[in-house]
Amino acid sequence: MRKIAIYGKGGIGKSTTTQNTVAGLAELGKKIMVVGCDPKADSTRLLLGGLAQKTVLDTLREEGEDIDLDDIIKEGFGPTRCVESGGPEPGVGCAGRGIITSINLLEQLGAYGDEHELEYAFYDVLGDVVCGGFAMPMREGKAKEIYIVVSGEMMAMYAANNICKGIVKFADSGGVRLAGLICNSRQVDNEKEMIEEFAKKLGTQMIHFVPRDNMVQKAEINRKTVIEYEPQHPQADEYRMLAKEMDANEMLVIPKPMEIEVLEHLLVEFGIV
Amino acid sequence: MLLRHTPKEIKERKALTVNPAKTCQPIGAMYAALGIHGCMPHSHGSQGCCAYHRSALTRHYKEPVMAATSSFTEGSSVFGGQANLIQAINNIFTIYNPDIIAVHTTCLSETIGDDVNQICQKARDDGKVPEGKHVIHCNTPSYVGSHITGYSNMLKGIIKYFSKSTGVKKDQINIISGWIEPSDMREIKNIVNQMGIKVVLFPDTSDILDAPQTGVHAFYPKGGTTIPELTSTGDSKFSLALGEFATDAAAKDLDSKCKVKFKTIDLPIGLSATDRFIVALSNAADVDVPSSITEERGRLVDIITDMQQYFYNKRVALFGDPDQLIPLTELLVDLDMKPVYIVSGTSGKVFDRRIKEILAESMPDAKVKNGANADLFLLHQWIKNDPVDLIIGNTYGKYIARDEDIPFLRMGFPILDRVGHSYFPTVGYSGAMRILEKILNLLMDRQDRDSSEESFELVM
Repeated sequence: MRKIAIYGKGGIGKSTTTQNTVAGLAELGKKIMVVGCDPKADSTRLLLGGLAQKTVLDTLREEGEDIDLDDIIKEGFGPTRCVESGGPEPGVGCAGRGIITSINLLEQLGAYGDEHELEYAFYDVLGDVVCGGFAMPMREGKAKEIYIVVSGEMMAMYAANNICKGIVKFADSGGVRLAGLICNSRQVDNEKEMIEEFAKKLGTQMIHFVPRDNMVQKAEINRKTVIEYEPQHPQADEYRMLAKEMDANEMLVIPKPMEIEVLEHLLVEFGIV
Repeated sequence: MLLRHTPKEIKERKALTVNPAKTCQPIGAMYAALGIHGCMPHSHGSQGCCAYHRSALTRHYKEPVMAATSSFTEGSSVFGGQANLIQAINNIFTIYNPDIIAVHTTCLSETIGDDVNQICQKARDDGKVPEGKHVIHCNTPSYVGSHITGYSNMLKGIIKYFSKSTGVKKDQINIISGWIEPSDMREIKNIVNQMGIKVVLFPDTSDILDAPQTGVHAFYPKGGTTIPELTSTGDSKFSLALGEFATDAAAKDLDSKCKVKFKTIDLPIGLSATDRFIVALSNAADVDVPSSITEERGRLVDIITDMQQYFYNKRVALFGDPDQLIPLTELLVDLDMKPVYIVSGTSGKVFDRRIKEILAESMPDAKVKNGANADLFLLHQWIKNDPVDLIIGNTYGKYIARDEDIPFLRMGFPILDRVGHSYFPTVGYSGAMRILEKILNLLMDRQDRDSSEESFELVM
């Protein structure tokens, strides 16, 4: 089973990209589980057609540790197995601890067991790696492959660079590797070239350039992935392509995070005319 | 040789601390809360913290120490402990019926950022706090400071909640007690009674942690500062804070809240510090020092002069809490002893400054280590390199004393293996006499043990 974690700056489109790509992989007949690691619990909304799911932590709170796997794993598009960690409401408790608790519990309950014949497990992780909890999917070899969703905007690249620092930290002990950057276009000047160069400097690749298209929003409002909502749309093919590239990807590296000056220089070189 | 792995050679350490000279913040918060009448300390965190803190106090005072806990589970750690604390407040008032619940936090509830102030307020708003009952709180993350910090924080919490100013001053003085034994608090009350001064002593653990055996178990023993007394601290004409580390912050808060002027002085341990205490009391209350106290002082001075030859030039290593070490070091200097090594686990520059002042003339080369990284390991290494005649400190010093065959005087917190500390004071002139007696017994027993047959003296 390939375990993949998707990181990136908050609001960059991690959940949307993950679910659309998973839909693409599901079309190829792959068996996939998606684990949402965001207290908002919206990482599987497009696959499930809504937020109806009970989260792992809600279940833990209400029913104690005696949890049935079927209570928390729901079947989504494809079909795919979908699960949400959940977490506290904003401003209280510890969301980081929530992710640790949730992933441990999933392992304990056998969510990754051979009987499910999973080929892929995807972790969709909230924003930056702000504390140990959010690094949980990288730890102890849980996810071996990390994809970072990025755009040509400075802060997105800055966050990506920071995430690479996290990967380096866990690379030796956990065996985690960077598998590539996914550019989710914000229509910044020279965006594709800049991210390609950025990827090269980090020692990795830009695995796919996802163009900006309103169809993504449209499908999202309808609680569906583009692949499900408009299978014939060119944007759906973009995600299918990304899915295929991911499936074939063997380039797993320990990244070389950049000094902030180098990163800024890159922006000057490509971004600003 | 239980500590045989402690090497003589001292190497600079960046991180490792072995046998630190301090313990957890909540222990201090719990001890301070126990000095209020009818108070149930409550630990907002997992059960293990509460169990450890209770047992640390129980082992020292040989009294059952009650405290409740929020009993955090995995779920509480993620979602916050609000539900647990509100349930706990409800349960405690229903089942154990204290007048006050004193909530302190733990590392876990601090790290997840529980807002205990807001939770306590919610408990009040939801009607979980019965009429005439109170919930107070303080924050006590153990990765900051020490048990002394926790004690100080709870005192601040008490003042924040209870002290009120009516605008009419009362003819009374607050004595904010640092961390001393119930026997010491009893002795302070004895001294102010002799001087005829009306005081509010808080906290006051006498008749709580040294409660007599009456055959009837009292869940809330008769001792402790009462709520009306605590409320009236805001109307007192002056506050005397004993021990800067434990009480200065509380005295400042009381001054800024209720305009009660204050003076922070050392704990009255030893001759000079007790002198300052008596003078401060006398000035604050505008009373003369009664002859009974002057005569007691005279008896202390008599022992010092009679036995001077036994004290003179003896090398002493001491460790413990700063508020006690400062006057104790001063006492040793007054006795012509040589406090050569001093270790304390509660950070604060004022400690180094005070110790330096006290030792400036007699012992400028004394080794002093203070702060979170100060430990008994280093103290032991110092002793191995240049031995001492006496070690003064809490029970954890017994291993060094045994390995190095050095007389050992138990003072401070915790004392887990002897009794007496909670019954016989070490503050005031009579307390100083007790310290002297103990030091002399140790030194003279050692002289007897080690003297040859021809120099084994009947009269010493």
